[in-house]
Amino acid sequence: MPEVNFKVFRGNSEGGEEVDYKVEVTEGMVVLDAMFQIQQTKAPDLAIRWNCKAAKCGSCSAEINGKPSLMCKTRLDTLDPSKPVTVRPMRAFPIIKDLVTDVSFNYRVNKTIPPFKPKPGTDWKMLQEDVDRAQEFRKCIECFLCQDTCHVLRDHAKHEQFGGPRWLIRAASLEMHPLDVEDRIPMIREKLGIGFCNITKCCTEVCPEEIHITDNAIIPLKERVVDRYYDPIGKLIRIFTGNK
Amino acid sequence: MATVDYETHEHDVLVIGSGGAGLRAAIEASASGLSVGLVCKSLLGKAHTVMAEGGVAAAMGTCDQDDSWQTHFYDTMNGGKMMNSWRMAQLHAQQAADRVRELQEWGALFDRTPSGDFLQRDFGGHQFRRLCHVGDRTGLEMIRTLQDKGVHLGIEVYMECAITRLLKDGDQIAGAFGYFRPDGRFIVFRAKAIILACGGIGRSYKVTSNSWECTGDGHALAYEAGAELLDMEFVQFHPTGMVWPPGVEGLLVTEAVRGEGGKLTNNKGERIMSKYDPDRMELSTRDVVARAIYTEVKEGRGTPHGGCYLDVSYKNPATVIRKLPSMYHQFKELANVDITKQAMEVGPTTHYVMGGVRVNPDTQQSRVPGLFAAGECAGGMHGGNRLGGNSLSDLLVFGRLAGIGAVDFVKGLKKQPSLDQAQVDDAVVEMTAPFEREGAETAYDVHADLQVSMQHNVGIFRTEADLAVGIENIGKLNERAKKVVAKGGRAFNPGWHLTRELKNMLIVSESIALSAQQRKESRASHSRLDYTEFDPEWAKVNSVVHKGPDGKMVIEAVAKDPMPEELTKILAEQKELQPQRELNKKERLAKAAKE
Repeated sequence: MPEVNFKVFRGNSEGGEEVDYKVEVTEGMVVLDAMFQIQQTKAPDLAIRWNCKAAKCGSCSAEINGKPSLMCKTRLDTLDPSKPVTVRPMRAFPIIKDLVTDVSFNYRVNKTIPPFKPKPGTDWKMLQEDVDRAQEFRKCIECFLCQDTCHVLRDHAKHEQFGGPRWLIRAASLEMHPLDVEDRIPMIREKLGIGFCNITKCCTEVCPEEIHITDNAIIPLKERVVDRYYDPIGKLIRIFTGNK
Repeated sequence: MATVDYETHEHDVLVIGSGGAGLRAAIEASASGLSVGLVCKSLLGKAHTVMAEGGVAAAMGTCDQDDSWQTHFYDTMNGGKMMNSWRMAQLHAQQAADRVRELQEWGALFDRTPSGDFLQRDFGGHQFRRLCHVGDRTGLEMIRTLQDKGVHLGIEVYMECAITRLLKDGDQIAGAFGYFRPDGRFIVFRAKAIILACGGIGRSYKVTSNSWECTGDGHALAYEAGAELLDMEFVQFHPTGMVWPPGVEGLLVTEAVRGEGGKLTNNKGERIMSKYDPDRMELSTRDVVARAIYTEVKEGRGTPHGGCYLDVSYKNPATVIRKLPSMYHQFKELANVDITKQAMEVGPTTHYVMGGVRVNPDTQQSRVPGLFAAGECAGGMHGGNRLGGNSLSDLLVFGRLAGIGAVDFVKGLKKQPSLDQAQVDDAVVEMTAPFEREGAETAYDVHADLQVSMQHNVGIFRTEADLAVGIENIGKLNERAKKVVAKGGRAFNPGWHLTRELKNMLIVSESIALSAQQRKESRASHSRLDYTEFDPEWAKVNSVVHKGPDGKMVIEAVAKDPMPEELTKILAEQKELQPQRELNKKERLAKAAKE
């Protein structure tokens, strides 16, 4: 049976190193299978997060050969077998142990986004073409790979000023809900810090759900922020009409 | 052991499990103003509910106006082969539609009809189009909606926290003991009521659609605390799991594939269901389809990887991708199969347990005062076989009822139950022991052997001889489980974690095997090769297990509650209407398959 070398980060918040493991490869195997094999035969205390093993829960995020990926979806036959496969935890979040990171930042940001507020007296009729737009964003499985790859968080650690792509599409899914009347534009500008995004589209590239994060969510939200804050005619109209 | 530190938290109601049922229960309890804690074994929003694909069943009649709660009730009882708690099936059918509308009011975006209403789809065993859905990711939409509702209500969430023991004051629930997985620190919860919503048991079997979390924690915690487990022999083997590649064996292929016209064939190209259920074909109930595929493979008519073919490639590719997006990606990425061009290979996979904690159908309280259960870990609702789509609605209806039940219980309490230090100390010893033992065997080895034995001896077809072997194996595995060791520290240590889950899986496995051995007939998902027929005598009883005074598992056959006349009348009326409705459904599906 062919073998592949893995270099897996072992360690915690105080430091660590890549440890070599040899893994026996079977047909159709994914990186998560390799981690299970290491747990079962070599390192029972290897820390990984996983749940569904079907790319539906977004738990097993890691960096495979430097690329933010889901371990359950990365087949070994897509990687170069002559080189060792490195598996490291997501870099944008503090390490807890081995491949597990502290992603609590995300849950804190989510709490700050005002929830869905329906139009009063609605009859709850919605057309499919109107829900399609928000449904795209609601496909998000919260793997946080977009957060991990975003240089604003990854390289500049602006966690205090910038919510990250995941929470911009969350906000977009609410803003573009056909029956929602809440106004989130000020918080999208100030708390989520949408201005920090300079649309490099790295988030879109790593999204396992293939959500067009930048084009369909962030850019339209940026336009709404611009319309609100930087369009003088619109501002005048709002002053006189009292609309938001 | 008083030297071991732990922290203490206090809530009126503690909900253990954060899938659909746990979240819905926590929302209900929290809305009453009580303090609510919600414990998740994983991160919030990752529970097994996210895997639910096809839809949530509710008799709204947005696509078929003749649908009613009475027909939904009939279909549920009929699918469960009358083993269901009639009261739960009634409450579920009556309340499901309101619960789904409520989700919409909380922001969920379901697929729409041309007139802008809920779009509902056909599914096995439902006579009408009844499943509200969001493509094939309905569970994700549901959990995200509930998660956001709950977060903004101020529920205290304890993520990556595993509960290992329920604490009692005399007969009554007083709290729970557990630990945080990230750093291994111990935690004690004081609580006046506890709602178990821990989901399923699939990890006791080798081939399963369930995630690592589904280790029967709720079943086992309740059993250890003195509650009863009902009808555990009824385990649903979903007919369509992936069979290849090895790493994804068992992974679910949603029933929506058949709902959208998928055809099941063997290696001779024959439509297999024309032999096993020519009227309902692919949309027969899950137990029937699972046995059909199993039999075809066993008799040599299977596919190269040991399944049957499931084919939607004759349909318009754009329709397939729009209706079944996650199936399209799942096969493309994990198996190199393009389902718009090729057939899938599928076979049965352990999917769901109908059995569970025996509860009062109106309040969801077990026989232990203050201990409630909802969702998959509660028993009774689905009888011998669950219909697709009835699980998501079950979570909503009974999650809410458990929340109400727990609130009423807490409000009626005269005095705060007190914690017993000895029980806490015991719980600490149990968890630290695997590090202190000498030995070589890890929990992984014992778990792997349990899965093989359950798959082989307590699987889709059962015999007295196999069950006896299965039960004997569980006895031996129990002894091995007591000696397993954990290496490393307490921080995020899956090997250590499994030492405790192993115990839960062994309890659940024993309860399934004993219940299966007791029921000497074939009914719904429980198929015995040595008792192949329905037996009217066995129709009168439920299987009930509990922990005996000597610590051994006790099994009994307990007479079912008689059904009130008004409901037997509904069943009789519905039965008369069924043949015509089945014909209508057949025509509807034939028409849809052409699209």
